[in-house]
Amino acid sequence: MHSIVKSLSYNLYKSLRDIAPIVMVVVAFQLLVIQQPMPNVASLISGLAMVVVGLTLFIYGLNLALFPLGDSLAHAFAKKGSLFWLLTFAMALGFGTTIAEPALIAVANEAANIAAQGQLIAATPESILAYSSSLRYTVAFAVGVALVIGVLRIIKGWPLPWLIMGCYLLVVLITAVAPAEIIGIAYDSGGVTTSTITVPLVTALGIGLASSIKGRNPMLDGFGLIALASLLPILFVLIFGMVML
Amino acid sequence: MNWAMTFSQHLGLQVWSTLFDLLPIVTIIIAFQVLVIRQPLKKPLQLGVGIAAVILGLALFLMGLEQALFPMGKMMAKQLTSPLLLTGSATKIPIWDDYIWVYVFAFCIGFSTTIAEPALIAVALKAHQVSAGSVSVWGLRIAVALGVAIGITLGSYRIVVGLPLEYFMMAGYILVLLQTYFSPKLIIPLAYDSGGVTTSTVTVPIVAALGLGLSEQVVGSNPLIDGFGLIAFASLFPIISVLAYAQIAHFINTHKLRSST
Repeated sequence: MHSIVKSLSYNLYKSLRDIAPIVMVVVAFQLLVIQQPMPNVASLISGLAMVVVGLTLFIYGLNLALFPLGDSLAHAFAKKGSLFWLLTFAMALGFGTTIAEPALIAVANEAANIAAQGQLIAATPESILAYSSSLRYTVAFAVGVALVIGVLRIIKGWPLPWLIMGCYLLVVLITAVAPAEIIGIAYDSGGVTTSTITVPLVTALGIGLASSIKGRNPMLDGFGLIALASLLPILFVLIFGMVML
Repeated sequence: MNWAMTFSQHLGLQVWSTLFDLLPIVTIIIAFQVLVIRQPLKKPLQLGVGIAAVILGLALFLMGLEQALFPMGKMMAKQLTSPLLLTGSATKIPIWDDYIWVYVFAFCIGFSTTIAEPALIAVALKAHQVSAGSVSVWGLRIAVALGVAIGITLGSYRIVVGLPLEYFMMAGYILVLLQTYFSPKLIIPLAYDSGGVTTSTVTVPIVAALGLGLSEQVVGSNPLIDGFGLIAFASLFPIISVLAYAQIAHFINTHKLRSST
């Protein structure tokens, strides 16, 4: 019981620390620059409390249940030596963590609402939901593919800069033919995908892999998975936009 | 009582839709553990409690986000772009340099959220080790925070003037390309990763809302085309600033070595 309280309060402190800079900057601007009564203060404060409590429970649960299992799985697959299962696991891990990523859920919903307001899609709840979920599935699939490529890179020792440059080049080429309405959300989706759930599990996979292969430097080879996972979604969402819009 | 009723109703609905968001990762981890690794699940109670906390936490977070983080970002964008604040009169149409407070706000949000980001602290510690001490932890944190702050500010400027996002991104990519060629090799993967790491779960919604809110306020701006892109700036600029910082640190170090021998 004691350890639960301790770990919950530690997570609460961390969520408060996450939200503190935003609250401080907003309050400072309200007091010093805007100097007008703030609308809906009560609703904002209760909403922020929900964000803090929600984030605390979320991270507490991840640390309790999913991270230890994911971590040991990542190491087990990295050492097991079966390329097929390793790649299948990488694909599944990338997909599953991205679907559950809170920031992506939020931004995809907002993108769907904006698309409905701009009459890009029908303004019915069904089509808004369909748009935001297909956006998320596209991004999640892209992260899965990125991890497969990233794992292959670590095993084969391909140089990261060449892969990144190749992706940049493809992104630039496809941007030229993609519809203007998808470009903003496509470029944003790269930064959105990699946060609370994805980063710890993906990092565990990368470091585990690089340290279990002889002659690999965990520093040099273990990183770079996140970079690919933030680049491929841009590419895939651009293609999604060309097909869907 | 009425309030508690609506709250629990909302929460119930949100928990229901969150179940489907978490289903894939929970299934994947358990299935791989049992079917491929063939190990029984240890501590099933702990697993159950943890998954319940994850579901409830995500549901609460998403509700709070709809109620506070998104409205707050949009409210700030609206208040900071009110014509009275911008030009001192209620009728004059503002031009880009009237939006000074928006840029200051964007800069402050970018800098303050990044400097406190735990993921960045971890990356900075590793960069310090990899570079054999030539990259300092605080130096790197400030470099990345400045990168994000300048990125979001430039992104806000782009929304105000309505230039295409891809021009800025391409210029950034070319810069990264040139820097990669001249940077110390060990720092490159870390620098590339720092782009994705710096934008955390609470920063993303508020930054996204700021961009969309700004685009709704600026005359002739279409949120569908101009409103997104701030997060893209916030992910690209740290790569540039980490590489730049590593180059400068490397240059100073070799210079020092040369002058001391």
